[in-house]
Amino acid sequence: MTSTISPAASTAPGQFGPFGGQFVPEVLMAAVHELERAYESATRDPSFSRQLDHYLKHYVGRPSPLYLASRLSEMSGGAKIYLKREDLNHTGAHKINNTLGQALLAIRMGKRRVIAETGAGQHGVATATACAMLGLECVVYMGAEDVRRQALNAYRMRLMGAKLVPVETGQRTLKDAINEAMRDWMATSQHTHYIIGSVMGPHPFPTIVRDFQSVIGRETREQMIEQTGRLPDAVVACVGGGSNAAGIFHPFVNDRSVRLIGVEAAGHGVDTDQHSATLARGRMGIIHGMRTMVLQDDDGQTLPVHSVSAGLDYPGVGPEHAYWHSIGRVQYVSIDDARALEAFGLLSRMEGIIPALETAHAVSHAAELAKTMGKDQTIVVNLSGRGDKDCVEVARLTGQKA
Amino acid sequence: MNRLTQRFDSLRAAGAKCLVPYLTAAYPSLDASLALLKRLTNPRIGAIEIGFPFSDPIADGPVIQTSFHRALERGFRASTFFAGVKSARAQIAAPLIAMVSYSIVFARGVDAFAAAAAEAGFDGLLVPDLSLEECETVAAACKARGLSLIMICAPTSDAARRDRIRTISAPFVYYQAVAGITGERSSLPADLGARVAELRGGATSVCVGFGISAAAQVREVCRVADGAIVGSAIVRRINEAIDAGKADASIVDSVAGFVDELAEGAA
Repeated sequence: MTSTISPAASTAPGQFGPFGGQFVPEVLMAAVHELERAYESATRDPSFSRQLDHYLKHYVGRPSPLYLASRLSEMSGGAKIYLKREDLNHTGAHKINNTLGQALLAIRMGKRRVIAETGAGQHGVATATACAMLGLECVVYMGAEDVRRQALNAYRMRLMGAKLVPVETGQRTLKDAINEAMRDWMATSQHTHYIIGSVMGPHPFPTIVRDFQSVIGRETREQMIEQTGRLPDAVVACVGGGSNAAGIFHPFVNDRSVRLIGVEAAGHGVDTDQHSATLARGRMGIIHGMRTMVLQDDDGQTLPVHSVSAGLDYPGVGPEHAYWHSIGRVQYVSIDDARALEAFGLLSRMEGIIPALETAHAVSHAAELAKTMGKDQTIVVNLSGRGDKDCVEVARLTGQKA
Repeated sequence: MNRLTQRFDSLRAAGAKCLVPYLTAAYPSLDASLALLKRLTNPRIGAIEIGFPFSDPIADGPVIQTSFHRALERGFRASTFFAGVKSARAQIAAPLIAMVSYSIVFARGVDAFAAAAAEAGFDGLLVPDLSLEECETVAAACKARGLSLIMICAPTSDAARRDRIRTISAPFVYYQAVAGITGERSSLPADLGARVAELRGGATSVCVGFGISAAAQVREVCRVADGAIVGSAIVRRINEAIDAGKADASIVDSVAGFVDELAEGAA
């Protein structure tokens, strides 16, 4: 079943070439199978997509605009840069596309309690939001270090009635929050759904999250054709676990003319031991229920990771990204903390848009990339989230008063 | 036939029950851990389960997490532990089961890991995050190296999965008494006997773990199953002894004493 490792085949459900799979304790297998069945039945049920579309339109505010960043493009002096404005979604990031879909799946499965992990807090907020709106009980696990870095999001979750559990184990960030959420789920899966926030974890999560986020790429295609008469030359998105990137890339994967570029967090530099550039420096391994690229030592122990952005400092990556990387369909680059902070300020000044620090990594690379391309070419950046949550931390890091 | 299979065959032939104590590898130190393995000679011990410290153990509660964290901080390496066990193996009476997260197995290479474990003198392998769906490669490697593969069956496993687990897992199935993570619990589920009865039969024994912390609970479990697995209650004593500044030798004494006490429950 998984004994042969050949990057060519990507056919079995939940397998992306040699990546993916289901590496979770037996006690969770019933829950992942139940989810698989519930999702299959939901995709065949027109009333499910009608319901989700209704909320995406009237509650989230979709479709999100595709905006030509004229001043940023002019400054770069090359390709035109378009921003897919996921930051304008309700709650300020792409995460809500997935949490609404999964919360509706939870209801379909008769589960009234929802748990989630969160790094930067955007997924936690989006989960708390969907649960408040749909009347579900919500518990969010968040690394204690991230609770500190993202105090505003921590408050928003509590305000919407979620129980926020600070996680004190390990590095006290995203990875540790996932461990705690998994531990909760092991005891509670019969009445609790775990809304994983990225294209990661055991099958079927990577597929479900990608599908719910693919609304970003589908809209982008239509909007580009409508505004420019053709597909973009490049699409750029930041990658931690990789949900916003998978969402915008997936509908373009078969369009060979479209370059797809994922941007990982280089932290203090990929040649230091403080970064989160999993695809640049990782090896194939097992983490959080999947086989994927992982930052780990040769004994299989997860290495510490770092990024200035709480949403990107994750030692794994979604298995489909590992697959796209292995076959060369998507190019993965990395941007360090300093350049991300620079882009955070740059987009704010040039376009009046404050990007999330995660998103700033993608903005930074796109601005560089644009310089190398012609004026008749186009780049779409997935502007995955707004940066209000980061203002206090950036002010602290740059020695200013917030 | 490895020591584990022999031990369970003779237990069955005698109609006897057993205790499976759990220890964290190289904890509180490599030497103390090996000393402890040599000390656990009680005939009621069916096997010793040895957990390899892992950075992200999703199935373990706070007590075992703490031991993993500390052992890793003290520089735990699988190869060093294997070498230690190999050198001490002749003086260790009990069959040994390595409890290892799949990340560690996969990082070395499934076959290479099984070979190293067998070479060190382990008799069985238990990979807590290895699902039936993914176990084929590991099962084949274990078979090739003469290791038993122990699979966990959970309260959430349906009849079809129970049957498949029973086919693969030998000489016993590890039945997880409660859905959740490892750790001590004050009472066992009321339907435990019925659940274990569904699993038993044929050539497969059933040992029950998760939540068992005292000799009285071992006794209760051994009334319905072939053995009781105790982990967190033992490791908690090591954690607390370290906190209290106890020396390794005294930790080995007190843990060996506690295991003897637990083994009384399997009488």
